[in-house]
Amino acid sequence: MLNYIKLIVLGLIVIFSMLAINFARDLAYMIHAIIVLAVSAGMFLWVLRQTDEPVRPVPQNEYMDDVVRYGVIATAFWGVVGFLVGTFIAFQLAFPALNFDWAQGYMNFGRLRPLHTSAVIFAFGGNALIATSFYVVQRTSAARLWGGNAAWFVFWGYQLVIVLAATGYLLGSTHAKEYAEPEWYVDLWLTIVWLVYLAVFVGTIVKRKEPHIYVANWFFLSFIITVAMLHVFNNLAIPVSIWGSKSVQVFSGVQDAMVQWWYGHNAVGFFLTAGFLGMMYYFIPKQAERPVFSYKLSIIHFWALIFIYIWAGPHHLHYTALPDWASTLGMVFSVVLWMPSWGGMINGLMTLSGAWDKLRTDPVIRMMVISVGFYGMSTFEGPMMSIRAVNSLSHYTDWTIGHVHSGALGWNGMITFGALYYLVPKLWNRERLYSLSLVSWHFWLATIGIVFYAASMWVTGIMEGLMWREVDANGFLVNSFADTVAAKFPMYVVRGLGGVMFLAGAIIMCYNLWMTARRAPAVQADTAAAHATPAE
Amino acid sequence: MSAKKDDDLDFETTGHQWDGIKEYNKPLPRWWLYTFYLCIVWGIGYTIAYPAWPGISGASPGVLGYSTRSEVAQDIAAVDQANAAINTELASAELTAIAANPELLGYAKNAGAAVFRTWCAQCHGSGAAGAKGYPNLLDDDWLWGGTIEDIHATIAHGIRNENDPDARYSEMPAFGADELLTEEEITQVVNHVMSLSGEPQDASLAAAGAEVFEYNCASCHGEDGTGDIYQGAPNLADAIWLYGGSYDALMETVSYSRYGVMPSWQDRLSEAEVRAVATYVHGLGGGEASQ
Repeated sequence: MLNYIKLIVLGLIVIFSMLAINFARDLAYMIHAIIVLAVSAGMFLWVLRQTDEPVRPVPQNEYMDDVVRYGVIATAFWGVVGFLVGTFIAFQLAFPALNFDWAQGYMNFGRLRPLHTSAVIFAFGGNALIATSFYVVQRTSAARLWGGNAAWFVFWGYQLVIVLAATGYLLGSTHAKEYAEPEWYVDLWLTIVWLVYLAVFVGTIVKRKEPHIYVANWFFLSFIITVAMLHVFNNLAIPVSIWGSKSVQVFSGVQDAMVQWWYGHNAVGFFLTAGFLGMMYYFIPKQAERPVFSYKLSIIHFWALIFIYIWAGPHHLHYTALPDWASTLGMVFSVVLWMPSWGGMINGLMTLSGAWDKLRTDPVIRMMVISVGFYGMSTFEGPMMSIRAVNSLSHYTDWTIGHVHSGALGWNGMITFGALYYLVPKLWNRERLYSLSLVSWHFWLATIGIVFYAASMWVTGIMEGLMWREVDANGFLVNSFADTVAAKFPMYVVRGLGGVMFLAGAIIMCYNLWMTARRAPAVQADTAAAHATPAE
Repeated sequence: MSAKKDDDLDFETTGHQWDGIKEYNKPLPRWWLYTFYLCIVWGIGYTIAYPAWPGISGASPGVLGYSTRSEVAQDIAAVDQANAAINTELASAELTAIAANPELLGYAKNAGAAVFRTWCAQCHGSGAAGAKGYPNLLDDDWLWGGTIEDIHATIAHGIRNENDPDARYSEMPAFGADELLTEEEITQVVNHVMSLSGEPQDASLAAAGAEVFEYNCASCHGEDGTGDIYQGAPNLADAIWLYGGSYDALMETVSYSRYGVMPSWQDRLSEAEVRAVATYVHGLGGGEASQ
């Protein structure tokens, strides 16, 4: 019966996308309609072949790990794509000739930059979050994912969002809102996917067999709920035509800017901080085989973090048309946020007490620890940069980019790599990783790459901030903008090299994970089956 | 210490367990808690001192009376006040007298450099070396004259813009597009123009082009092609080219003409600023003495 409903829905989508191709007003919309047509027609045929076939019963007492395995592969794949594009655009800034004439309008910096940011945040980070949250919520609830194949819908639906977003950027379809560039129909689709994600996650927690909800799941849940809210409000827009990709924002002027940075900062706060803290709270105690340092601290810093983070957005708009009162509040909440952020760092690091010796022997733990270290640095640097006087120097400079990357590469990247190194042997039933020395190579390449990146951006950022404000005895500006651009060149090359090292580390990781799944010794059969049984 | 750490395993946990993960229930680190309190107290104090809490018809102004706009206005006012006397002097002095007054000249050059970097560098380059279509201001090849008065007038009113009736204006015909000359004649005259600055060219075509030049071009560019600053007609004999001196570039120029524009600055900059940047440009190397 369900299959017939699916066939009707898919059939309607096929017909609609054919109409959309015919009536398309712009190239991006037409290509997106072709992609949707291909996907929905393919699924129509697939469902048709399944219809009225005998259904293989799903073992309800086993964890649903196939979708996590796919998520792990997608995370590694999109990670390499995102890092590659990032490294390329870093060199485009150093050597503008890399904005090739033949690729103008498709591969120039302006088109590739959102592709890079979305690929690393939403494709790499998003897949990592979806995969690990599905893994963690099942383990810590001792329950199979709720909703049958809904988790598969979330996974594939999310990949479709990524493909539509990425192709849209290259073809010039954009909202022009940072980190929320996809146009209206992609936003609508993401909303549907995200609500199903929320349902699967909450459904699994509801049917849990453990008496309490583990702290990692609080963070994952706050991340899913808040991102849904942020996404919907920031993308409120009215399409110009149902047959075109262009839409008009509901908010305008400073209100639009405020909503955008309320969204943008909380994308950092809830996507890249809360969600990844969820990851941290599971994988660090598991890898260290130590109890979490303090339950009390986890409660206090969780509630403080989510209550305070949501107000910090205006610090992105210091010294703009935003009223001073909003700017003050954004700054104050950012500074007060410092300790709640550090609560996560303390809980992560102190969980290792009694197991510090593992840092010498286990490069995966080393990766997780340095990620928490970078988390601590970034969450100190952020509040500091939000102080108006500091911001007047740092705003619009490369310091901001350095700050973002010490957080993104150091914290989000490293904790994800650690999680992947933990997950792959477990998911593919292997006793251990293929090579620990390759993990060490990855660790050092990535760490040195991040140091190159962050240090060069601190230098250029502070330098250009000082050059912009330099005045002579009569109060006249000393440097032109182009002077500051020219002065940054050497550091741009260093930054690009840092990117190359980080990318090289990620490629080594992919090889190592691949060989782990293919070659590493298998776990003995009697312990291999992952049965969903409560731990107590 | 290391022996003690193992004792941590016996520290009381919450008694819960998830997939083998247990939790200690250790107290909050004191330094963490007190720093958190301190931040909150500071935050409350800061929001009392500065504009912060929104109400129905406005926000709390803060006891310090601070605002970002007034802060910037004060900074600007302080600089304006410090420079007020010399600005007045600069705005009212004879243009030709600026160079003779070392204090005024030094000030005008500094101020002019700042104006140039802010408003002019986008087209003329931060080093004033220009680019295709945007004249080099470092040399002594001037389209509309290189005395301080000429440069001042060009900056104040701009060139071929539509908002200043006093803008410098002239227009070269599009000899090809408007069919004033045949393709053959254009080829000839381009060869002739190339011969003026000694560029390699076809001698027979150039000879034929001399006649075409005399009837069609000489009225503005002069019979010898040395140009006319009163009409902004470039000197064609000096091997300095605004749009390129290659055969192809010249074919395009003669066939379709060029129409370089420059904004009028007298409404956007103060008279003192216009004079300052004129003094700066005049002093870059190519400035000519006034007659």
